[in-house]
Amino acid sequence: MDSALIPKGVKRCPLWQFLLGLGIVGVVLAWGVYAMLLCWFKGLNQTNMNDYYGFALWIWADLAVIAVGGGAFFSGLLKYIIGKDELKYIINYAVLIGFICYSSALLILAIDIGQPLRGWFIFWHANVHSMLTEVAFCLSCYFSVLTIEYIPLILENRQIDRVPFFHNLSHNMHETMAVFAATGAFLSFFHQGSLGGVAGVLFGRPFSFREGLLIWPWTFFLFTWSAAAYGPCFTLLITWITEKVTRKKLVKDNVVELLAKISGWMIFTYTIAKIFDTTRWANITAPGLGQTLADFYTGTAMYGYWILFAEIVLGGLVPAIILISAPLRKNPVWRVTAIILAVMGVSLNRWVMVLQVMAVPVMPFDKWALYYPSWQEVATTILPVAYGIILIMISYRYLPIFPQEAELNPIDDEPAVVAEINTPADLEPAQA
Amino acid sequence: MKHEQQHNPPMKYGMAIDLDKCTGCGACMVACMSENNVPFKTDESNKLDSITWIRVYKLTNGKSFPDTDICYLPRPCQHCEGHGGHSPCVSVCPATATDYSHETGIVSQIYTRCFGCRYCMAACPYHARYFNWWDPVWPDGMEKYLSPNVSPRMRGVVEKCSFCFHRYQQAKNKAYLNGERRVPEAAYQTACTQACPAGAIVFGDLNNPEHKVHQIVQPDPHNGNRSKNPRAFRLLERLGTNTKVYYLSSREWVRRAGDNYLAHETTGHVSKPHH
Ligand code: SF4
Ligand code: SF4
Repeated sequence: MDSALIPKGVKRCPLWQFLLGLGIVGVVLAWGVYAMLLCWFKGLNQTNMNDYYGFALWIWADLAVIAVGGGAFFSGLLKYIIGKDELKYIINYAVLIGFICYSSALLILAIDIGQPLRGWFIFWHANVHSMLTEVAFCLSCYFSVLTIEYIPLILENRQIDRVPFFHNLSHNMHETMAVFAATGAFLSFFHQGSLGGVAGVLFGRPFSFREGLLIWPWTFFLFTWSAAAYGPCFTLLITWITEKVTRKKLVKDNVVELLAKISGWMIFTYTIAKIFDTTRWANITAPGLGQTLADFYTGTAMYGYWILFAEIVLGGLVPAIILISAPLRKNPVWRVTAIILAVMGVSLNRWVMVLQVMAVPVMPFDKWALYYPSWQEVATTILPVAYGIILIMISYRYLPIFPQEAELNPIDDEPAVVAEINTPADLEPAQA
Repeated sequence: MKHEQQHNPPMKYGMAIDLDKCTGCGACMVACMSENNVPFKTDESNKLDSITWIRVYKLTNGKSFPDTDICYLPRPCQHCEGHGGHSPCVSVCPATATDYSHETGIVSQIYTRCFGCRYCMAACPYHARYFNWWDPVWPDGMEKYLSPNVSPRMRGVVEKCSFCFHRYQQAKNKAYLNGERRVPEAAYQTACTQACPAGAIVFGDLNNPEHKVHQIVQPDPHNGNRSKNPRAFRLLERLGTNTKVYYLSSREWVRRAGDNYLAHETTGHVSKPHH
C-alpha cells in the first residue's frame, strides 16, 4: 500500500507487519508519555529522587545518550574533515542515531527540571561560569545542526524527492554538509566536555573533583575523548541490531571494520588517559582533600572496587584491544562483543560520574545514600528508547539510509528494479 | 542609603556554634521552620526528602561504654565564600538563581528564578540545600500564622538557609530611619540564634571586631579565614569552601569529625587544597 514511498531497489516487510511493530513499540511509548505527564503535572515527587540524589537515573541517561550519540559528530568529522570517504555508507545512520540521542537528551532534561516552564531561564539568566549553561547552549545548537543534517535524508524520500524544490534543496544541503560537520564537531567538543566539567568542577565533592587546564577540569577532556571513542561503537551496535532485526546485511564489512578500528584506537588512548587521571586523582587530588580510594569504594557493596575494574578494564582495555587487533576485529563475534562491552563501559563511566558522586558521603559523619528509581523514572527513561525505535523504523522503511542495502540485497524477482538500482544515480549515498 | 552603604566596609555575616554547649534539643530547627515558612509533610520521618534548613546531626566517637561520647552538630547553610565568592553552589547555578553577596557575605536563593535543575544540591557537600518535591500544604488555618516577611516556595525549586535575610533587610531599614550608619549587632540576629536555650549559637559580622562572633572566631584573613581560636574549626575546611559557620569544641574527636583526615594527619593541620 505504501510501496510508492519505499526507496527503489529495496524490499520492506508488509505494511501490516510494520504497523503491528509500530503498535507494540507505541504502547511502550504511551506508557512513557503517561509517566512523563505525571511528572509534569504532579511534580518530581513522582520520582524516587531525594535531597541526596538530586541527580539520578535521568541525568545518567542524559549523559549516556549524549556520549553514545557522539558517533554522529565523530563520524562526520572523520568523513568530511579527515576524509575517510568509506564512512559515507554509514554516516546517514550515525546522523539518525545522533538525532535520536540528542532529542532524547533534551526531552529528558525537560522532564528532569523542577519547573519545566522556566527552562528558558538557563538562556535568559545565563551564568557564564556554570558548566550547565555551556551544556545548554552547545546542546541546543548542536541539536539544530543534527536536524539540518537529518533533513536532506528526509528529502531523499522517493516522493519528496520528486518535487523539484526539495530535490534541489537536498542537493544544495549536501554541498554544504562539510560546514555543518565541522560546526557539529566544534559544538560537540564543548558540550561533551562541559558535561564532563559538570562533575569535575564540584570542588565540594572529592569523588568527582579534578584539577585541569585553565577553567576546564580533566573530566572535560576525558568526556569529549570518550564520546568520540565510544560513540561510533554505539552506531555500530545499532547497525548490527538493525541488521539482525531486518535479517539483511546493510553495511559492508570494510566500512564497519574501518569504524571499529578507529574506535578501538580511540578507546585505547582514552583508557590510557583515564588510567592516568584515575591514578593522579587517587594519589594526589583525593588524599589532598583528606579522602582515599577506600573511602570511595568500600562503603557499600554496590560501589565496590569492581566498578573501577569494570569500567577501565572490561569497558576500556578489553574492547580496545579486540578492536585494534585485525583478526579479532574481523571476527563478527569478537567485534560485537567488544562493541557491547564498550557501550557498557562508557555508560558505566557516566553512571559513576553521576550516581556514585551523589552516593559517596563527604562529611565524615554523613552516610552513604542509595537510591532506586521509581517506575515513573524507568518509564520516562524507556520512553526515548521507544521513540528512537519508532523513528528508526519509519526512517528505515521510507528513506535510503543505507546506500549499500540494494547492492547487498538484490531483489531477484524484480529485474527492472535491479537494473535501475545499478545506475550510479541510485547508488549515490544520501550524504547526510 | 545606597550612597551611605557604599562607604561601609563589606560585612561578612557568620556564626560560631559551640558544640560543647549544644544539647541537641532542636529548638533552632523549630524556630527556623516557623520563621521561614518552611513547609512540612504529615510524615516527616524520611529525612531524605523533608526540608530542614538547619539540621542537627548526632555524632558519636564510636567508642563503647564508658568511653562513649556524643555531640550534636547543628548545620545551617555554611554560606561558603569559596575563593572570592566562588561558592560551590553559586558557581554552578546555570540561571544565576543563587548568589553570593559581597555586601553581607550571605548566599541568597532566588526562588522565582530557580528552575529546579538541582545542580547546586549536587555541588553542596553539606547537604544544606533542599528541593521542594511537593507544593507546600499547611494544616487548616495555619496560613494565618505564616510570616508575611518570607515568601513561601512553590514546588520544583530549591531552598536553603538564608541567615534570616528578611531580618537583615528590616534591620537595615530601621537603622536607616534611626540615622545609624551600620546595622547594630543586636538588631540583626537569626531565629536559631535567639531560640537556642543553651546560647550555643553566636551570630554577627565576622569582619567587625566589635561583634562577639569576631572576638570568638578571630578569623585570620591571611590564612584563608581560618580561626585563630584553637577550639574552633570549620566543616570540610580543606575543600576550600571557606565557610562562615565556625564550630567550637574542646574535644579533639569532635574537631576531627569536622573534616576528612588521612590516618597519619593530625587534627587541624592539613595541607592547602590543590585548587
Ligand atoms: S553550605 Fe552548601 S548551600 Fe550553603 S553556601 Fe555552601 S555550598 Fe552553598
Ligand atoms: S536548582 Fe535552582 S538554584 Fe540550584 S542550580 Fe538549578 S536553577 Fe540554580
